[in-house]
Amino acid sequence: MIEFLRNVRFWFTPDRVREEGGTPDYRFSLANERTFLAWLRTSLALIGGGFAVDQFLPELRWGWRVGLALALLGAGVLCSLRAVNHWVRCERAMRRGEDLPASRFPALLSLVVGVVAVAMVLVVLVGWKG
Amino acid sequence: MTAGRDPGLQPERTRLAWRRTTLAYTVATVLALRTALHGGASPVGILVCALCFGLWLGFLRIAHHRVRALSTSARPAPLTPRHAAVAALCAVAMAACAAAIVV
Repeated sequence: MIEFLRNVRFWFTPDRVREEGGTPDYRFSLANERTFLAWLRTSLALIGGGFAVDQFLPELRWGWRVGLALALLGAGVLCSLRAVNHWVRCERAMRRGEDLPASRFPALLSLVVGVVAVAMVLVVLVGWKG
Repeated sequence: MTAGRDPGLQPERTRLAWRRTTLAYTVATVLALRTALHGGASPVGILVCALCFGLWLGFLRIAHHRVRALSTSARPAPLTPRHAAVAALCAVAMAACAAAIVV
């Protein structure tokens, strides 16, 4: 968390990122950028999923529907913030010639998506009867 | 683009990644507008719609800026952190609008 806050400084100060290390091959930077965009699309898909739960499961009780939608939206927010943070960390690591940062976020995200999917199956099965 | 052409087509691939992301953002925006105007047009719904549309325009502007930078130079400069942060904050703001609509 502290590391995250430290990185937030770099988000809006491009010159500070450029201060350290050397410029990596432009192809590595572009690959990093595409990874960032792929995570951003994942986050947009989660946000879209939040809308979809709200729109296409109208038979659900209000609490379940809003809860599921907010869980998906929250995952989308986390995913997009993490996308920038990870992009900055990779960019800095490449400039300094260090190893790319390891991350347990993909595992966490897939667990959350799995749990939400199971919850949705249960809610759709039970919610229609109850 | 002829002499210094990159055989891996990295700038093109990155440009297309921006296009795909713009498309994903457009889909999210359309879903937001649909949800906000679902039960008739209330003042709050219209306000949220205008906000989402503004965010979409903002994202479009960033994406267009970057796509142009990627297509004019064979060795494009890396993405600036400010652009990356603004693009991600557009997604966060969209999620905030979504939460406002859903609740």
